[in-house]
Amino acid sequence: MRLAGKQTWVFENDVYIQATGTVVGPFEAEGPLGSQFDVTYRDLYCGGKTWELAERRLMKEAIDICLQKANVTADNVDFFLAGDLLNQNVTSNYTARDIPVPFLCMFGACSTSMETLAVGAALVDGEFARTVLTATSSHNATAERQFRYPTELGVQKPKTATFTVTGGAAALIGREKSLFRISAATIGRVIDAGMKNPLDMGSAMAPAAAATIEQHFLDLGASPDDYDLIVTGDLSKVGSVIVKELLSESGYDVATNYNDCGLMIYRPTQGVFAGGSGCACCAVVTYAHLLKEMQQGRFQKILVVATGALLSPTMIQQKQSIPAIAHGVVIEAVRG
Amino acid sequence: MKLKENYQQAVKVFQPKPPYVLNGIKAFFIGGLLCLAGEALQKGYVFLFDMSLLEAQHLMLLTFIFLAIVLTGIGTYDSFSQFAGAGATILITGFANALASAALEHRSEGWITGVANHMFKIGGAVIVYGIVVAYLFGTIHLIF
Repeated sequence: MRLAGKQTWVFENDVYIQATGTVVGPFEAEGPLGSQFDVTYRDLYCGGKTWELAERRLMKEAIDICLQKANVTADNVDFFLAGDLLNQNVTSNYTARDIPVPFLCMFGACSTSMETLAVGAALVDGEFARTVLTATSSHNATAERQFRYPTELGVQKPKTATFTVTGGAAALIGREKSLFRISAATIGRVIDAGMKNPLDMGSAMAPAAAATIEQHFLDLGASPDDYDLIVTGDLSKVGSVIVKELLSESGYDVATNYNDCGLMIYRPTQGVFAGGSGCACCAVVTYAHLLKEMQQGRFQKILVVATGALLSPTMIQQKQSIPAIAHGVVIEAVRG
Repeated sequence: MKLKENYQQAVKVFQPKPPYVLNGIKAFFIGGLLCLAGEALQKGYVFLFDMSLLEAQHLMLLTFIFLAIVLTGIGTYDSFSQFAGAGATILITGFANALASAALEHRSEGWITGVANHMFKIGGAVIVYGIVVAYLFGTIHLIF
């Protein structure tokens, strides 16, 4: 049985991340991880005519780089899994036109990166596919205009607000041995803590992240010490403190080995409020920065928990609360 | 209080409060300064162009609207608003910004389905309730 406990998949066959591709916009390029991304754009249009076309370009380019690094062409991939934040998942669906393989579109808001990675690994582990390509993207301006206000509207944002990462990321999963083995994944449940403020998604998502992390430990009989790093996707300054507190109430101490991708991607001086968010936040930080850290031997085993606020402006206007979800994937460095 | 017992209440200690007093002071002084500039401008127009006060007021408002739209277009008005808060939002410049930003944002969907349809997305409420309140006060004025 590959299902451990209630929510965790353990991949018994060797499943590896073969290659990754990351492309980001100008703010991310100026951030502390700027030099680690494959391609950086100097303006938000990223060579596209509209914001949406810019986002599509980010995803497409991340895929091209990823495939190039793995030295395979798109038609050699068995399945393509992708998702983004835009209505009807337009970035993914339109990008999939150019990838001539069966496609599963996924939506998990900002948890999409680990959702696609987990499902992709399961397909490969279960021998339903030899190689699976996964991708996700987000764009500051497309997200602002869909979920909040026009980008140039003058509104005073609170300190709890987050800044959507502009970026595209792709990962290729397969059986060929590489440094990065995907060993387990915990699929999250939708948790609604009753939060209603769309400008404070950290508070809305933290309970979902804590629930997934706790379930992961329970399912595997593991403890925080088994990981060199437990990293959440985009809880930012507000949510990352809350998740640590929630875990400590349940008896798990992650004080020394916890971080959040939303806190890593920007400098505090960049005017990004509580930190980064968006599908690309967890994806680009994990695929570009964290894997490099593993390669350099700083981490041996990490648990990446991508967090998604399943936010809808219509539901918010109807006074409904914000459901959230988090999916975790364990990546281990395999040497020798 | 434990988070797990009553999340909605207990979580409040982790949420930074907006600096209401500081925001109020900034809005008061920046909004006030802009109003002062408006006064100076309209006096200047009367003096320079030998026009009536009413004409000068109109020209002053047009100047402010024009400047707000230009600043919106070059992408600075939103940063100014983040700093000034209500000092930038409740003036006529804020209204101009609401219309201009929505129009700009939806230029990619065309002049009719984009710009024209979406232009009043944010500012529309001000117009609707401006008219409603005008009728209300007009009626009160008529009766008493």
